[in-house]
Amino acid sequence: MLEIKNLHARIAEDETEILRGVDLTVNAGEVHAIMGPNGSGKSTLSYVLAGKDDYEVTEGEILFNGRNMLDMEADERAAAGLFLAFQYPIEIPGVATMEFLKTAMNAQRKARGEEPLSIPDFMKKVREEASHLNVSMDMLKRPLNVGFSGGEKKRAEILQMSLLEPKLCVLDETDSGLDIDALRIVSEGVNKLRSPERAMVVITHYQRLLDHIVPDVVHVLSKGRIVKTGGKELALELEKNGYADYVDAAA
Amino acid sequence: MNASAPIKHTQAESDLMDRFEAARDGLPGSVAVTALREAAAGQIRDRGLPHRRVEEYKYSDLRAFMKLAAPLAAAADAGTAKTLLDSQDTLGGLERYRIVVSNGAFLAEFSDVEALSAEGVTLSAMSAELAGENGAQLLASPKSGPNDGILTLNTAFVQGGVIVRVKDGAEVSRPVELIQVAASTGAQVSRNRISLGKGAKLRLLETFVGDTGEGELNTVFDYDLADGASLATTRLIVGKSDAARLFTTIATLGADANLKSLGFMAGPRFARNQQFVNFTGENSDAKIFGVTMAGGQDLADQTLIVDHTVPHCNSREFFKTVLDGHAKGVYQGRINVAPHAQKTDGEMMTQALLLSEDAEMANKPELEIFADDVICAHGATSGQIDEDLLFYLKARGIPEDEARTLLVLAFLSEAIEEYGEDDVTEGLEARVRDWLAGH
Repeated sequence: MLEIKNLHARIAEDETEILRGVDLTVNAGEVHAIMGPNGSGKSTLSYVLAGKDDYEVTEGEILFNGRNMLDMEADERAAAGLFLAFQYPIEIPGVATMEFLKTAMNAQRKARGEEPLSIPDFMKKVREEASHLNVSMDMLKRPLNVGFSGGEKKRAEILQMSLLEPKLCVLDETDSGLDIDALRIVSEGVNKLRSPERAMVVITHYQRLLDHIVPDVVHVLSKGRIVKTGGKELALELEKNGYADYVDAAA
Repeated sequence: MNASAPIKHTQAESDLMDRFEAARDGLPGSVAVTALREAAAGQIRDRGLPHRRVEEYKYSDLRAFMKLAAPLAAAADAGTAKTLLDSQDTLGGLERYRIVVSNGAFLAEFSDVEALSAEGVTLSAMSAELAGENGAQLLASPKSGPNDGILTLNTAFVQGGVIVRVKDGAEVSRPVELIQVAASTGAQVSRNRISLGKGAKLRLLETFVGDTGEGELNTVFDYDLADGASLATTRLIVGKSDAARLFTTIATLGADANLKSLGFMAGPRFARNQQFVNFTGENSDAKIFGVTMAGGQDLADQTLIVDHTVPHCNSREFFKTVLDGHAKGVYQGRINVAPHAQKTDGEMMTQALLLSEDAEMANKPELEIFADDVICAHGATSGQIDEDLLFYLKARGIPEDEARTLLVLAFLSEAIEEYGEDDVTEGLEARVRDWLAGH
């Protein structure tokens, strides 16, 4: 589903190189975890995948179901089935959450040549998914993410993910800022979306999230490269020994 | 007399002098009104049109903008007015009463005279009352801005308008649209008076249809709110126009009164919406909102002076401006608090969103406070669309143009929603979308 080959990327503004040759293949049905110390390039990788203009790809390619993703705008990538759950979901005053959800869902449907959802169908879907994630109707009436607590923001991200039904979910430090209960709700929401047709890339600092969302493959990212790949036991090892071994290995 | 040397008239100023000579005998008014007109024309002759060296017009140089002054529009042709009324509808299917003024004339035949009368509202022609014994009082100036240039132009040339009187205690059940129709090209100069009796309630919509050609549109609304009265008024200054669109509000509030207004501007080449609000009774409340869109070479000016002359009144001013192309936005807002106007609560905010590198915003919020026990604040911001917000929306599959529309709408909606007249919200938001799609 996702093939990243020798990806190099830098910050457009000051040309600082962050990704220095990332190779990663993710197949449908798989959940990959990407772990690594601060500053290793985890968030950059997620932004480059989603198409943020702040980064420049200088070398390498990203194929998403065979299509060259680097030729696509952020909205086209989303319509093709990529979803990035943000580490820090953005507050957008003046845009009601409901209105935003409807606009996003229908924009993606339109890009895929589908009819817009009827209001009753839309409402039904939203109500159903919102109830699983403990998102109240009151939250949905508020402007997007405005005044939401950390946990509410993350739940709202997963709600968006559930409604948009992406093929590839990239979760950027979804566990940050969550208490135990919120972590459980969010993880359940993510696990519900696991399916043979869908792939996930879970970016995290800590092993804790991986107790809830059990990965098939774990990668260690350090200094802009994947320096180690293993099974889920790799996460436990990292939790015990830290990243020191891999940071040195990459240097 | 004025000791300084006479100014050299621009073409427009010469045209205005000619216009006055041609029109003076035909303009309505008592002897006292005629004297006021003569004085106003004298002021225009001596000082010219307001220009950038006049403090209040520093950013909106009407003298430089007006290349010529077309003659006054001829008397209204009812047939043409009717056709225009039927062909254009600014507010969609909103249920409302209608009052029609065309080329300065109040057209009773197209207005809901009887239905309004049943609700306690009487209508009369400004032109007739100007000729009456109290005519001159109808041209009273605001406390701040007695020599204002636009108001002076209005006084010199006012063709008429309508006087709306809402009787004590009447709460008008539907919004009332006061629609001005340009049934032929030429300058349109009108003055309307909206007088609310004690405890009366009215929701007003001020709209305009037609084409004034090269003639300016100069309209004054004089709101007089008796004790306990409540007025919510939405002013739409929309549509393309190469001639100036000049609007003036003079509002006088008694005690326990509520004034809420929204000035909505989108489209004209040169538009100024200036408001003079004066509190004369205690415990009153004024909420003044502005929503402005300007693109191309447009200039859009929202100017406001609120006089807290008495204690215990609240005012809130909230203005939003979106600029594109080479457009220029102006916000000048001043809150004056008189020495004894204790416990005044005033809060003013102006925010601009610049969509292009070449757009320009002049924000000038001012507080002039002579009392020592007040709460007053002001703020001003100018910024661009936040790229992070844009990316977030795009990352959810919303294409760039649509994402921008959503963000601009969100920015302006804050003011529209706080204004809170729900029955016009949808219509106004549709107008924002129209502007974004076609400016």
